[in-house]
Amino acid sequence: MDEERVIIPIGPQHPALKEPMNFMLKVEGEKVLEAIPNLGYNHRGIEKAATVRTYIQNLYLAERICGICSIAHVQCYAQGVEKLLEMEIPPRAQYVRLILSELNRLHSHLLWVGVAAHEIGFDTLFMYLWRDREIVMDTLELITGNRVSYGFTMLGGVRRDISPDMAARVKKEMKTVRDRTQYYKKMSSNERSILKRTQGVGILKPQDALALCACGPTLRASNIKWDVRREDPYLAYNEIPFNVVTSDGCDVLSRMIVHYDEVIEATNIIEYALDHMPSGSFREKVTRRIPAGEVVSRVEAPRGEDIHYIKSNGTDKPERFKVRAPTLGNIPAVCKMLSDSYIADVPIILAGIDPCFSCTDRVTFVKGEMGKGWIWTQEELRRYANRWYQQR
Amino acid sequence: MNVVKWARSKSPWIIHFNTGSCNGCDIEVVAALTPKFDLERFGVLLKGSPRHADVIVVTGPVTNQVKERLKRVYEQMPSPKFVMAIGTCACSGGVFKDCYNLCQGVDKVIPVDIYVPGCAASPEAIIDGAAKLLKKISG
Repeated sequence: MDEERVIIPIGPQHPALKEPMNFMLKVEGEKVLEAIPNLGYNHRGIEKAATVRTYIQNLYLAERICGICSIAHVQCYAQGVEKLLEMEIPPRAQYVRLILSELNRLHSHLLWVGVAAHEIGFDTLFMYLWRDREIVMDTLELITGNRVSYGFTMLGGVRRDISPDMAARVKKEMKTVRDRTQYYKKMSSNERSILKRTQGVGILKPQDALALCACGPTLRASNIKWDVRREDPYLAYNEIPFNVVTSDGCDVLSRMIVHYDEVIEATNIIEYALDHMPSGSFREKVTRRIPAGEVVSRVEAPRGEDIHYIKSNGTDKPERFKVRAPTLGNIPAVCKMLSDSYIADVPIILAGIDPCFSCTDRVTFVKGEMGKGWIWTQEELRRYANRWYQQR
Repeated sequence: MNVVKWARSKSPWIIHFNTGSCNGCDIEVVAALTPKFDLERFGVLLKGSPRHADVIVVTGPVTNQVKERLKRVYEQMPSPKFVMAIGTCACSGGVFKDCYNLCQGVDKVIPVDIYVPGCAASPEAIIDGAAKLLKKISG
């Protein structure tokens, strides 16, 4: 039965955060029997669009696959094209890109923990985390000049360098972020209301996580040590010491802890990279025509393994471009987590894999026996969930 | 200014609808509501149901699959209702212009009151748009 769910009929380019998506939940009383996802609301046709644009224009298109993992997608794309060109980007550019990737992970993770806190009705934590996320956004703005879509990664390097002044400022900010995250982590692992809503909720056992091809923090929270940065190092990740964070709880709480720990780990990586940045140029000129060939490139995006496939026919436009975004890999896992859970836990389980549904997206309930359905918005579901827990 | 208009301009509740956006504008809308930018000081509150909202904040270039849903959500809102199109995609299609599955902008589907351009529209721009909309509401 589970294997049937792995087949997803229409894959939108990136069914991740805040995006419209639809799940059919079969319920009996408070129990969810089965969850059937319905994707495709966000299908914009990026893969087709990429084939009528040049490689350089596609940098900007790849960045807009997802506004949160923008650095990860553009890195994955640029890395693939550079592999086709058989070139190595300058070491300094590698470090600058690495710092950007980690800053990207930082703001994405802080965002997610905030959203998760909102889903369980803990809005104070949500506001605190989003306040601290602005520190990271300011840092990104300092380096790239933009908050969301950076236009920073170029084929053959990066657009601008990180000056010593910037480096000093970034290091100072990283310390603040780390200190605060450590406090939030301590608080989250002791605070009773968080524990009650997250412990033992949305269980994904290690063997299921592997069988359903979960990726990223979802996989690592099921105690499986897998990280593309470690397994298939790109950029300068093989020169930098870091831990692959795991947690053995397999529930939403461990996903939260993994996110916190990865934030702390990312601040350490950024500090180390800033201290050990090689000197030299940060960009190399590349030709507009890309030699014929095909390439698969993968990076560890904040949400997990992001895979791009590019096929070139020797012109200045790709012949085929294909994206497998991490959330798509986590959909079968979330269906598994949802089956046999309580309705009240649905919002936090759905949020648990780090997508974020548009608040207006509907969750349709179909009663197991009668086939009678009703429709709730996610906000109504969230309110119902919080009320249900209050009454218990 | 009559009392209804006054009340309306002090509590413009919004509903946020993603119509195929890349998330960039969505997180900026949420960021605008959180402590640093604090749009909530104008009485703006993010609601989950269209029936509670005065303003629909639309991000994204409107994909064909989501088009009918957008119309339905708009129809469910009580009058008078206002529409903010956030981001270049919502204004005109932006970087996804000429993609096969798109309507190229929110104004092809529902009438738009305020356009906030930018890719992604920064929270400052969103606050500016909100201030202009408030002026329009209080008329």
